[in-house]
Amino acid sequence: MPLLLSGNEAIVEGALASGCRMFGGYPITPSSDIAEKMSLRLPKMGGKFIQMEDEIASLGACLGSSLTGIRSMTATSGPGFSLMQEHIGFAAMAEIPCVIVNVQRGGPSTGLPTYPSQGDVMQSRWGTHGDHPIIVLVPFSILECYTLTIKAFNYSDKFRTPVIILSDEILAHLREKIELLKEIDVKVRNFPEVPPEEYLPFDSRYLVPPLAPYGKGYRFHITGLVHDETGFPTADPEKVRSLQERLASKIPEEEVRDMDVRYMDDARICLFSIGSIARSALRAVLQLRKKNKKVGFIRPITVWPFPYDEIKRLSRDLDVIYVCEMNMGQIVGEVERAAECDVRFIGKADGTIISPGEILYRVMH
Amino acid sequence: MKTEIAVKYLRQEKLPFIWCAGCGHGIILASILRAIDGFGWSKDEICIISGIGCCGRTPGYLDFHTLHTTHGRALTFATGIKFANPALKVIVVMGDGDSVAIGGNHFIHAARRNIDVTAIIFNNYIYGMTGGQASPTTPVGKIASTAPYGAIDPPFDIVELAIGCGATYVARGTAFHVPALDNLIKKALIHKGFSVVDVLSPCPTAFGRRNTMKGVVENFTWLKENVISKSAIKGKKGAEIGKRIIIGEFLNIEKPEYTEIYKRDIIDKVRSPSP
Repeated sequence: MPLLLSGNEAIVEGALASGCRMFGGYPITPSSDIAEKMSLRLPKMGGKFIQMEDEIASLGACLGSSLTGIRSMTATSGPGFSLMQEHIGFAAMAEIPCVIVNVQRGGPSTGLPTYPSQGDVMQSRWGTHGDHPIIVLVPFSILECYTLTIKAFNYSDKFRTPVIILSDEILAHLREKIELLKEIDVKVRNFPEVPPEEYLPFDSRYLVPPLAPYGKGYRFHITGLVHDETGFPTADPEKVRSLQERLASKIPEEEVRDMDVRYMDDARICLFSIGSIARSALRAVLQLRKKNKKVGFIRPITVWPFPYDEIKRLSRDLDVIYVCEMNMGQIVGEVERAAECDVRFIGKADGTIISPGEILYRVMH
Repeated sequence: MKTEIAVKYLRQEKLPFIWCAGCGHGIILASILRAIDGFGWSKDEICIISGIGCCGRTPGYLDFHTLHTTHGRALTFATGIKFANPALKVIVVMGDGDSVAIGGNHFIHAARRNIDVTAIIFNNYIYGMTGGQASPTTPVGKIASTAPYGAIDPPFDIVELAIGCGATYVARGTAFHVPALDNLIKKALIHKGFSVVDVLSPCPTAFGRRNTMKGVVENFTWLKENVISKSAIKGKKGAEIGKRIIIGEFLNIEKPEYTEIYKRDIIDKVRSPSP
């Protein structure tokens, strides 16, 4: 039976279907209804919901519960996402799976609490200090809010990494009809194949070492300090390098890369966009096609790792890529790095969406 | 500590400790281990979690599930672990700056929830690892590297703070009064609910040295002379107690514990709605 869901509700459905059984959160517009729905639904499934004292604590509690083997999630928006950076870094360093939903709103600071933005694209990649791997998924429909949440949990367990779902205020409260999946492809994290005495929580023979849950006989140490294979702190340059290199290479772009590419076969112009603004861009493409303009559409679904090689390849036959984003110019810089054609920017951060008409006008003039 | 306890619970290959000569932290650690050994708990059911600082290194030496988290946030991880798996015994060790400066918000809320976690504060009045900066428990007038003219910020009384915030077991001990400390830590560990033991721990290197207690012995003598137990003050007048710091058990009450309430009043209720 199809359901009429908002983006935030679809994320809740995706999380519950994925086996998420712990949510730690702190209220913040426009993400609060994710926490509200989780508080209602989780206990019915034997899961746990806890409202923490701030966003740092919310993610801390999720990482703690994840270490016991429970799939855990939190949701927030701009200011809360800024606070979470500390523990996003810890999760990346200690390689603890967790899913973080950032329903973007206007910024910086308290910004525009009830208006949309795509201002956190770079923060989602580089918000926490130090080099670190991350996966960031950007839905553009209510169905994707659901399916990408499922994917986020699987990636998180598979690659022992925090995964960020970058939604926004438009998707959060937009409603669309979706059909929930009957069968969910749930890939939980690997359990160690070796007995406890041989277990290395950061075994460098693996790109992603199995993570033993607390309480199952595998006693080991976890720290946010740079550590060796055993999990204990080290400053030995060889071992530091080994960890940094493994972390930098553990998420294979070719496996997690997901792009929505349409009308590109004969295209000379391309509209490049992510998330809710890609809906405007797609509409503009359809209208331009009606005017016999050879316009194509590229929408990275996995925005980090960024699909540099794919953009480079696709750009070879293009005259120009228009990058449409609801900020003052963030992802456009990455497109410029990759593209072999002219790159132009269509963006604003005034709290209003970029309409298909605005994009159309820019492309026509 | 006794050799057999050291062999049983310490990760031998991680020794020696990083702590300076005269530091009280190892004494507190030994007290924790004696308590655990006395209970006969399995090493597999114990989680010990720390934040950042000298105390933060404690879990690394211990053969339990050990987690060295971010500065001040140990209680948030502990809350998640205990909430997700209440069968685990969760112990948090924190310094004074860790627990009531950067971690103050988490401390008051963990106490408010009365979640079954034991918080042991290694309180040395100073940020030791970073070189002796003033902490929220540095007494007024004492010298620190960021208080070269003497601290002026009134210090927290961790015992009063914990009681005010809803902890259900609250005690204070010192690294000098070891048999008393053993007793307090034992009671904190078996207490159901949020238990706090504020343990005064000398830091000759970063605190004592700047405050007329150059040697190890002077630091411990100070504790000996300036501390009085709750039992010893019975019948004594205020003037006799003077400015001495009182140690002992300040609160030991029974109140419903967080994970049990969540199960009883939420999970069990919504899963079996009344007819």
